Amino acid sequence: MISRLTAITLNTFREAVRDRVLYNLIVFVLILLASAPLFSQISIDIERLMLVNLGLSAISIFGVIIAIFIGIGLVAKEIEKKTLYTILARPVRRWEFVVGKYLGLVLTLVTNAAFMTIGFFGALLLYTRPLTRSDASLLVAIYFILLEFLIITALTLLFSSFSSPIFSALFAFALFVIGTFSEDLKNFASMSHGISRWGASAASWVIPNFASLNVISQVAHKQPVGGSLVLFNTAYALLYTATVTLGAVLIFERRNLK
Amino acid sequence: MTVSRKHSVIASLLLIGLFAGSVLALRQIQLLRGNQATLEDVLYLPSGKTIKRMSLGYSGLLADIYWTRAVQYFGAAHMRRAEHYDLLYPLLDITTDLDPQLIVAYEYGSVFLSQNPPEGAGEPDKAVALVQKGIRENPTYWRLYFTLGFIQFQDRHDYRAAQEAFEKGSQIHGAMPWMKVMAARMAEKADDIETAMALWNGVYENTVDKDVKKTALGHLQSLQADAGIMELERRVQFYRERTGSLPTDWPELIPAGLLRGIPLDPTGDPYKLLPNGKVEVTDANKYPYLGEWLQKHPKPF
Repeated sequence: MISRLTAITLNTFREAVRDRVLYNLIVFVLILLASAPLFSQISIDIERLMLVNLGLSAISIFGVIIAIFIGIGLVAKEIEKKTLYTILARPVRRWEFVVGKYLGLVLTLVTNAAFMTIGFFGALLLYTRPLTRSDASLLVAIYFILLEFLIITALTLLFSSFSSPIFSALFAFALFVIGTFSEDLKNFASMSHGISRWGASAASWVIPNFASLNVISQVAHKQPVGGSLVLFNTAYALLYTATVTLGAVLIFERRNLK
Repeated sequence: MTVSRKHSVIASLLLIGLFAGSVLALRQIQLLRGNQATLEDVLYLPSGKTIKRMSLGYSGLLADIYWTRAVQYFGAAHMRRAEHYDLLYPLLDITTDLDPQLIVAYEYGSVFLSQNPPEGAGEPDKAVALVQKGIRENPTYWRLYFTLGFIQFQDRHDYRAAQEAFEKGSQIHGAMPWMKVMAARMAEKADDIETAMALWNGVYENTVDKDVKKTALGHLQSLQADAGIMELERRVQFYRERTGSLPTDWPELIPAGLLRGIPLDPTGDPYKLLPNGKVEVTDANKYPYLGEWLQKHPKPF
């Protein structure tokens, strides 16, 4: 089982690399190298802040875009090219295929984010040296971004398991947007009554909470991130991801591929 | 030339032509909309809080962009010595709604707002509102109290409010001891030129931005020159009372015990003694704010 999962994971990763996904790293490095000197000239006193905000936002945005646009094709492309039948004709279970695809995309995103992190700290060292102990909290923000990728990849895979690529992209992006408003939904629930209260409250639990995973502004101002938030965000992301992936597996298991 | 090559050349020329056409069209659009078109969009935005909601969590980055827009807007208006800075406060308000911890926007933004036109927007009340918002969001950052006290003193001439700001700031952990001194000065001798000098010195010492430092130094040296002129004219009057005539040159005051040598201004040039007993600096261009304080505080003699 492990070897089959590893094979699918690595193949998905190789496919993404062949699709030149990692080319976005060049754009990322250019953005970082250009932003700090530019903003030091046209703004006041925000070189480091800009570098941190731009670097971390870019890691997040690039990752979310890759997760959605690669994720929507994970299953659909295999069906369209009819390669899925070759895979499933082998002793590979459907759930192994889904989970392997998921892990492959996560591996791509982690690799991409790792290179971006190296570039980001390089730029930080270049423009705002020396690095201080408080800069370690930037790694926490990047870790949260990775947790965000886990969730968004699982959601894209879920939609990809039953819908067309275009609708999968729309659904995933819509959920990402709504997920950033999840705390507003909770506030809305507390202010409303009756059915709307229940509806809004239920939606705030079902919709992924991306708001708590975004600490970019906080770390940009060198404010520490509490250990308990790290712990609960990790638990939340893993549990939510497992739930959604399981949902994707259940749907794909029952899908008629004829 | 082969047919396909000919097609490539024609396509390339067409591409260049079309691109040039799009640049010309864009130029016309920019002329129609004016330079401020993008910035004026802020007037139609309901609030910074709405923009924050729409930023999908990337509000920090958006705040940096809005702060840069505010700086650019101020810089452009300042360069053409504008009398109105209508978009400055909305831009700063949006910036600080997007990132309430962006201290630099409160500190420098309030200075942009409070200074009289054409140096600034001449809106000290809005500057106070901005700094008070900063204090609400960052209650442990004592330097904002200094900024508040400074605006109350310098632009609103509300010495009691200035005293209160310095007092409150001095109680915050980590505040510089001179905040207490400032509070005391506001209570006792807010009208003294030394008080104004101490405040500008505080600005000079507190800022890292070279433009703000330059402005603070300009104010500081102008005040030092004003103080020097005031003191020298006092001594000249004293000499006149003693001898019955005005001195024609500085050395005359040395044997009288009124001077130890030729008096020098803050940049090292000698002060000029005029035949009517008035004193001037050698190069007034070196002191952009010379006489401002004296205008507001007439001499006692």
